[in-house]
Amino acid sequence: MKAYIRSSACISPQKTFNDDFLNDIVVYTGTRLPAIEPDYKEFIDPKQIRRMSHVIKMGVAAAKKCLQDAGVEVPGAIITGTAFGCMEDTVTFLTRIVEQQEDLLPPTAFIQSTHNTVAAQIALMLQCHNYNLTYVHKGISFESALADGLMLMNEGEAENVLVGATEEMVDTSFKVLTRLGLYKRRPISNLDLFKERSKGTIGGEGAAFFLLEAKPSEDTFAELTDLKTLYKPQHIEASIADFLNANFLEINDIDLVVTGRNGDVRNDELYDSLGAALFKNSPVANYKHLSGDYPVSSSFALWLTVNILKNRTVPAVILEKGTINSPKKILIYNHYQQKYHSIMLVSAVS
Amino acid sequence: MGPSVYIAGVGVISAIGNNVAEHLASFEAQKAGMGDITTLDSIHRGELPVAEVKLTNDQLADRTGLSSQISRTTHLSLVAAKEAVADAAISGLSKWRTGFISANTVGGMDKSEAFFIDFLTDNNKGKLRYVWDHECGSVTETVADHLGITDVVTTISTACSSSANAIFYAARLIKNGVLDIAIAGGADALTKFTLNGFNTLMILDKEFCKPFDEHRAGLNLGEGAGYLVLVSNKVAESLNKPVYCKLAGYANSNDAYHQTASSPEGTGSYLAMTGALKKSGLRPTNIDYINLHGTGTPNNDNAEGTAITRVFEGNYPPMSSTKSYTGHTLGASGAIEAVFSVLSIKHGLIYPNLRFETQMENLPLKPQTRFLKDQNVGNVMSNSFGFGGNCTSLIFSKC
Repeated sequence: MKAYIRSSACISPQKTFNDDFLNDIVVYTGTRLPAIEPDYKEFIDPKQIRRMSHVIKMGVAAAKKCLQDAGVEVPGAIITGTAFGCMEDTVTFLTRIVEQQEDLLPPTAFIQSTHNTVAAQIALMLQCHNYNLTYVHKGISFESALADGLMLMNEGEAENVLVGATEEMVDTSFKVLTRLGLYKRRPISNLDLFKERSKGTIGGEGAAFFLLEAKPSEDTFAELTDLKTLYKPQHIEASIADFLNANFLEINDIDLVVTGRNGDVRNDELYDSLGAALFKNSPVANYKHLSGDYPVSSSFALWLTVNILKNRTVPAVILEKGTINSPKKILIYNHYQQKYHSIMLVSAVS
Repeated sequence: MGPSVYIAGVGVISAIGNNVAEHLASFEAQKAGMGDITTLDSIHRGELPVAEVKLTNDQLADRTGLSSQISRTTHLSLVAAKEAVADAAISGLSKWRTGFISANTVGGMDKSEAFFIDFLTDNNKGKLRYVWDHECGSVTETVADHLGITDVVTTISTACSSSANAIFYAARLIKNGVLDIAIAGGADALTKFTLNGFNTLMILDKEFCKPFDEHRAGLNLGEGAGYLVLVSNKVAESLNKPVYCKLAGYANSNDAYHQTASSPEGTGSYLAMTGALKKSGLRPTNIDYINLHGTGTPNNDNAEGTAITRVFEGNYPPMSSTKSYTGHTLGASGAIEAVFSVLSIKHGLIYPNLRFETQMENLPLKPQTRFLKDQNVGNVMSNSFGFGGNCTSLIFSKC
């Protein structure tokens, strides 16, 4: 199952929301990269902005821009992925339950805490009655949404599908995830993420949306050729090779590999071993020093990849090894805490 | 319409029983599961009735073999999923491509609540093991690991239609040739988060709920889990016992009206029901029983009822809300009611809508009030609607 990508929009810790393609890299020192927020008034009714949490605003604005760029008013389906959902509203409501001892609670935070709030708000804004779903499965939440979108078009149920991913990092989640050992113990420059061999990564957040189409159009600039997710695979190298074989490709046919290297010495062992084996002769790029790591960061990787194809350039800041100017076939490989693995093949449209 | 998807096994746990057999007995005895809060530490104890599963966390842990310290939702999920897998009795599950598609609304929120009490006094306090399962996906992962499933494992969360969508998606994975077998459904335990959330919306009835009644005053929260084992034609042919029925139709539509309220004309529910009918190739007159979403809130029942009058145009099949027994089990409700729909076909049952007294003034609908057995039930429609306007209808049909 494959799809054509007509437009993409991304809010992230980098300046990704305008037409600039990573020409002005934002450098952070710390272990948490906050998303750079656009002027939401261009995309959302100001009366609504006040009521919306950070993640809802990011999601709705990215979805709206993606549709605007595609020239599509109402998509055939809206499918989103998020591991943690609406953390800000969840934390607000939980805090009030404890502090006010379950008494006199306002409903707004609860109402907006539901995991499908972003997808629902997009449907409401567009008056879109079509298929609307939200996947919430850890590090493959975004890939699950993509897989559903591909299947819907394969079934002929939709001509186009808006697929996106959202994740917000609030103070509470950053504190708890730091205590759980996900992040580095000392502040680090995000651009030095891969230079220091230590435990932990840096956290990130963002929203990325894509308009997928069943058939190519004049505006199509990339093809999502195939997608596979794996849970606890025994031999990931063989699984990646099988994935390529299923697409009648070998690793030498891949012009660029984008990996989910995140700077955590244990997490990156897999990328190290693949870099010395299957990816030995391939140009390799990374992205988590720009976006930070979060469960749906592969949506940033897909945004990055389709923009490499659209702009026909590979920003130097992402390259780990090799040189390549205008790749035609790009493989994205990411794993989440060594359990969930995803492989995406993205191709230029000739 | 593509290849058919069959139901080969069912499992369920709710306030009216810990397995399928206990549910059938409770239905026949017209015994509702609501009562005072016993497990939840809440100020609403004694004031708001809820429909609790009648097992403590320790008793659940004895059944599941999991630690009693993990989320109650995970225990409920595993109990029902294991029953469904055992019921399907597929020898050599591992030789097929098998998936676990589950759903819930608040993950391991019961444990996050415990964590938060200490965390708010000092951000360096709170037992970290209590937040391991905060993510919805954690509940699914633990159960998938226990069942030994790895081919496709994912979680859907669309509020109160979550597990209906999990069943819907599982069927599509089989139809598209991605899987041979899918265990699909959902689970949700009672939490202070959801109890207080629905209470702030002022849609909890202080008495036992009265779905589709003129004097309905809200819903009662419940808890539980339900799972179906869905199989391809090829798997169905290899089984030693007959399948229950097939999943003939499904559709998801968005009401696009309001984050929590349904549109007065029931646009989303109308589109879900008509979409599922179209998919199944059936006409409204072919439907023998509707398992209503029927929460008992004035808004839901009015919107759903209005949509039913638009779809069925005077030819109303027997209908009832089994939430009058189980309460509203949120993310589990679609799957629990899918199990009831499958059992309705298998055993020819029409479940009563308990406590119904007065017909709604503006709608010509009168739910079933007596338990009926030995009925000829060929096609059952099951409705599930959730926050965010998420509306799903499933249709199960006799093979």
